[in-house]
Amino acid sequence: MTDAVEPIPSVESVTGTGIPIRGDDIDTDQILPSRFMKVVTFEGLGEFSFFDKRFDRDDNPKDHPMNEDRFRDASVMVVNGNFGCGSSREHAPQALLRWGIDAIIGESFAEIFSGNCLALGIPTVTADAKTIDHLQEWVKGHPREEITVDVADRTVSYGEHTATVTVDDVQHEALVDGTWDMTALLRSDSDAIERTVAQLPYVPQR
Amino acid sequence: MSTQTLYDKIWERHKVKTLPNGQDQLFVGLHLIHEATSPQAFEMLREAELEVERPDLTHATVDHIVPTDEQSRPFEDEAAESMMAELETNTQQANIEFSDPESGDQGIVHVVGPEQGLTQPGMTIVCGDSHTSTHGAFGALAFGIGTSQVRDVFASQTIAMEKQRVRKIAVSGELDDGVEAKDVILSIIRRLGTDGGVGYVYEYAGETIENLDMEGRMSICNMSIEGGARAGYVNPDETTFEWLAATDRFETDSDRFDELREYWESIRSDPDATYDDVVEVDAGELEPMVTWGTTPSQCVGVTEPIPAPEDLPAGRRETAVEAQAHTGVTPGETMEGREIDVAFLGSCTNARLRDLQRAADIVEGRQVHDDVRGLVVPGSHRVKAAAEERGFDELFTNAGFEWRNPGCSMCTGMNADKLEDDDVSISSSNRNFVGRQGSKDASTILANPQMVVAAAVTGTVIDVRELKEEVAV
Repeated sequence: MTDAVEPIPSVESVTGTGIPIRGDDIDTDQILPSRFMKVVTFEGLGEFSFFDKRFDRDDNPKDHPMNEDRFRDASVMVVNGNFGCGSSREHAPQALLRWGIDAIIGESFAEIFSGNCLALGIPTVTADAKTIDHLQEWVKGHPREEITVDVADRTVSYGEHTATVTVDDVQHEALVDGTWDMTALLRSDSDAIERTVAQLPYVPQR
Repeated sequence: MSTQTLYDKIWERHKVKTLPNGQDQLFVGLHLIHEATSPQAFEMLREAELEVERPDLTHATVDHIVPTDEQSRPFEDEAAESMMAELETNTQQANIEFSDPESGDQGIVHVVGPEQGLTQPGMTIVCGDSHTSTHGAFGALAFGIGTSQVRDVFASQTIAMEKQRVRKIAVSGELDDGVEAKDVILSIIRRLGTDGGVGYVYEYAGETIENLDMEGRMSICNMSIEGGARAGYVNPDETTFEWLAATDRFETDSDRFDELREYWESIRSDPDATYDDVVEVDAGELEPMVTWGTTPSQCVGVTEPIPAPEDLPAGRRETAVEAQAHTGVTPGETMEGREIDVAFLGSCTNARLRDLQRAADIVEGRQVHDDVRGLVVPGSHRVKAAAEERGFDELFTNAGFEWRNPGCSMCTGMNADKLEDDDVSISSSNRNFVGRQGSKDASTILANPQMVVAAAVTGTVIDVRELKEEVAV
C-alpha cells in the first residue's frame, strides 16, 4: 500500500466577505439538525445550515444573519467560544462549506469540529474575545467589504485593521503545505505500520 | 506533559511515526462504523480506488436511523431504508462483520462493542460518533472522528492525531441511593464547563469510580465529550476483567484471555504516573442531577435552586439567558414539580441492562402518569433479550411504558421517535441541545434512569429518593 502522495491545494489565505454568528457553545445540532443527516452524500446540505435558527415551525424565515441578503455571498464566518461542540458529524462543516464558508474565525472551537474543518481545508483560526467582538461589529457594518484570513502569516485583515490570530501549528503546517488531506500520507509507509502492529498483542498478525 | 499514564502507554504502543505536520500517526485497533457517518467515507474510498485495509478490525451496526417499532424490511422511511441498504452493500463488499437486526446482535454502537467483547483495554478505538469516548470505560483510548477520518482509517487503519494533556479526575465518596454515575459526570461538566476538557483526555479515578460497575463507568466516559474532552477512560481492573471474561470473545477462549490480561495490566497508569492536571471531586454529598437549560453543564441537584444568569461566571451568562428563555424555567425555584410530557429511557449513555434494572425497581407497582408518554428503548437486542428474561418488558408495559426495539431512538432526531411541538421531556440521554430530540420548540431535561421513570410515574420532575422512601414505609 504505497501510493504517490498527490498534490493537494495549499490554503495559505482565504479572502471574502464576512458573516457574524454570535453566541457561545453553538453545537453541531444547531449548525446542522440531525434530521438532515438522513442522506448518503453530503451534496445539498448547504441550504440546511443553521436551519432551525433560520426558519420557524412553518418554515418562514426568522431573523438570522444567514437569511440576510447582504451576507449571502459571505465566505468568512466569525463566531464566539466553543463553536461546533457536541456531535462529531462532519455533516456540519460540510453544510457550512456548501453554503459558501471557506474560513472560520472564533474565540475557540470544539476539537472534533476543527479537525473536521481541517480535513476539508477550512481554517479555524482563533482570537481573543475583544478582537472577535470588534470583528463581528465591523462585519455587521461592512458586509460587502472583504476580510483576509492569512493562515500563513497568522493575521486577519479587514478595513484598516490587521489582527494577529492564533493558528494551531498542525493546522498551519497542513494548510500552508497542502497536506490537509491525510489519506495518501497515512498510507505511505506500510512498513512502519506493520512494525507497530507487531508490538500489539491484541491485533491478529497477517 | 503527562508520563506513564494509560494514555501515554497506549499512545506509545500505537504510534507509527510523527508526521511532517507534527501530528502522530496512530494505529487503530478497532474501527466501529454505523449508517449515519460511513456512507460518504465508503464513497470517497471508491473514488480514490482504495479498499478497506483491515476489515477484520472493523465492525458495523445500525443505530441512528433504525426504527424502534417495526424493524422489518424495507423500513417504512425511505431515507432510513436507503441508508440501511447502503451499509449492507458496503459491509458485504468490504467483508466487514455487521451486527444487523436479523443477527440478534444489533444495537447502539457503544452498547454493541462492549457487550460482544470487541472493546478491550489497551486498544485504540475510533468511530464516526462523538460518544465513542464510552469505550474508555474499559481502559481503551477511544474517540469520535469525522467522516473524512473514517475514510482515512478505512484506507490505512491509522489516524493522524495530536497528543493531548491528561487531567486526572479523582472522585471520592459513597453515592447516595438514587444517585448514579450519570449524576457524577453531570456535576463534573457543571464544574469544569462544556469546554473545560478541550485539549485534555480525562482519566477518571478514585474510590467512587473503582466501586462503579462497568455500566456506570460507561455512562461517565460516554459524556466526556459533553465536557469538551474527546476521550475519557478508567484504568482496567477486576471489574473490567470480569465483564470481559463473560463476553463472546473470551467466554470459550480463556487462554487468549490470560494472554491479553498481561497486556491489559501492563497498560494501567503507574502509581507514580504524572498528570498535567488533577481535579478532586467529592461525590458523597451529590444529589440526583437535572438540567435546566440547553447544554449539559446547565444542571443542578434536584432540590437546588436554578441559578439566575447573573450569578453564573461571566462566560456562561449570555447562554444561560437564552437557555432559560427556551426552557421557561424560573431562577430561584427548583426543577422539582416541573411537568413533563415525555420520559425517554434509552441511548448510549443509559440503556444497558443495569440501567433498565434500576429503573424497573422504581417502576414496580406504579403506573405511568396519564399525561406522560413513557418510552423504554433497550440499547441492543441482547440487552432487550436479557431484560425480557427478567420480565422487564411486562413490568414496563403493564405500567404503561412503550417497550421498543433497540436504536438511538429519541436521543437524536434521525428516526421516527421525536418530541413534538413544545414537549418537555426528561431523558436518560446525553444532550439537551435545542432541536436534538426532533422538535426545535421542545426542551430536554437530562437525568439518570431512575429519575426518568420517577418523573414518568408522577408526571413531574421529582427527587427519586422520595419514591424510595415511600416504598420503605
